[in-house]
Amino acid sequence: MKRAFSHASFAIGAVLSLLLVAAAALSLIWTPHSPYEVDMAAKLLPPDAAHWLGTDPYGRDIVSLLLVGARASIAVGVVAVGIGLVIGAALGLLAAARRGWAEELIMRLADFGFAFPAILSAIMLTAVFGPGMVNAIIAIGLYNIPTFARITRASANAVWSREFVLAARACGKGAFSITMEHVLPNIASVLIVQATIRFAIAILAEAALSYLGLGTQPPQPSWGRMLSEAQSLMFQAPMLAVYPGVAIALAVLGLNLLGDGLRDLFDPRLARTR
Amino acid sequence: MSVFLAKRLITLIATLIGASAVVFVVLEILPGNAAQILMGPDASPDAVHALAVQLGIDRPAAERYWHWISGMLAGDLGLSYAYSTPVRDLLIERLALTVPLAAMAMAITTALALAAGIYAASRHNKLGDVGVMSLSQIGIAIPNFWFAILLILLFSVHLKWFSAGGFAGWNEGIVAGLKSLLLPAISLAVVQSAILARITRSAVLDVLREDFVRTARAKGASQRRTLWGHVLRNAMIPVITVMGLQFSELLAGTIVVESVFYLPGLGRLIFQSISNRDLIVVRNCVMLLAAMVVAVNFIVDVLYAVIDPRIKASDI
Repeated sequence: MKRAFSHASFAIGAVLSLLLVAAAALSLIWTPHSPYEVDMAAKLLPPDAAHWLGTDPYGRDIVSLLLVGARASIAVGVVAVGIGLVIGAALGLLAAARRGWAEELIMRLADFGFAFPAILSAIMLTAVFGPGMVNAIIAIGLYNIPTFARITRASANAVWSREFVLAARACGKGAFSITMEHVLPNIASVLIVQATIRFAIAILAEAALSYLGLGTQPPQPSWGRMLSEAQSLMFQAPMLAVYPGVAIALAVLGLNLLGDGLRDLFDPRLARTR
Repeated sequence: MSVFLAKRLITLIATLIGASAVVFVVLEILPGNAAQILMGPDASPDAVHALAVQLGIDRPAAERYWHWISGMLAGDLGLSYAYSTPVRDLLIERLALTVPLAAMAMAITTALALAAGIYAASRHNKLGDVGVMSLSQIGIAIPNFWFAILLILLFSVHLKWFSAGGFAGWNEGIVAGLKSLLLPAISLAVVQSAILARITRSAVLDVLREDFVRTARAKGASQRRTLWGHVLRNAMIPVITVMGLQFSELLAGTIVVESVFYLPGLGRLIFQSISNRDLIVVRNCVMLLAAMVVAVNFIVDVLYAVIDPRIKASDI
């Protein structure tokens, strides 16, 4: 633990990530004002004691919007990474355990998945089912599957060639029990690091989709949509376009640093060679 | 090499066929009756049927898919419902903005990333290195559309050097056109160059540890000469690979950044077509972008094998 917190990337990343989670958790029980309450008399107020960062064109409190907006980012991150991790890791483990045509098929499907960046998948889903947070989550989740499948398969293949796996096979253990007892625990650290980094990418993707109007829908606050609303007021209230962007950048920076730190801590050899 | 090329080509074609099937199923089969959607829920069944016949959507799905693919191969993508013009002409018109924007962003990315990455590697573990790496970490965390908004705030709202959006058009001259694309290209390039600078730095550091570099230094070659004459050429292999992959990211990024700057490119066309329920345009735009991503990945694979002959077909 001491080693972990003396690692600068890990320490800064952990603090920023905890702040993100704390903001979302706090918003569940308390916000300075209601983020849904429109008060046109209080529109575009500058920062003061009542509204620490001022108000938006509908008179809503910016701090409250930012706190609740953290929830959308976390929800999308958790579910989209969960989809990618569960399906992608399962496919990657299957490819490594079965080899042959199963591996070839799964890897070609993964290649195929790369043809549709998250934003393209989201555009297609939106064109058919209409915009919404669920479609954004599905699109980002689908985009994560090939990445997790490839990384899992590459790491699992390395474990499968180790002596202790040979020993387990010699003892008569089947592919499934070897995968669950030996392969998965040995690649867990790689998957945790990747999940952290993909979480950051999911937050960026959600913000972009919400900015475009394809993600989180009104009245639910989201950092991406706050930016899109702020853009039309850049001449009157330029700071409105700054706060949500800082929130996104700090969240992504925190998760990326946490991922880098975890990678160094799990595999100190990498840290030395970098 | 020819076996490798043939294998990659088959994968490319299979991926394109698969992608077209996915696009067709999602955008043609799932939405149900496009004529009904276009005419709204109050339209009479006769009118809906007449439009369905006119659009050809009364025919079986397999026949429509084949019609789309064969038309695409012949350069006929059909007519836009909303614009009543051939989709092909619309795409060509919009690509005249999106392709130069992506190319400009790639050029800025390369220049920034190579300069920063090589500088950081040459100052390994010193202040300059730590500074560049910290900046790149921040660059990776910044959403490109937010950076675009910040650029507008600074250069359009405060300094008034650039317009806050819109495209002058190539008819106004190349300089005016490029000026309209400069801020969008920079906002796309910053994030990508942050990533590429890190790759360049670690690639240069890896090569600096090689024996032949030590030999060159032992023979009396200066650090500068070693860096430019020996190290860079060898460090470029992973850098070029990542650059190829980044081009796909840039294409996806243009969709968002075009919206920030109100540029009439492919991205804006897609959004206008979604709101117009012009699914034939959406279908062809998505297919075109997916095909560009697949094609760039194919070129990267082939380039990688050309640059590094040790790469065999089985490795990829």
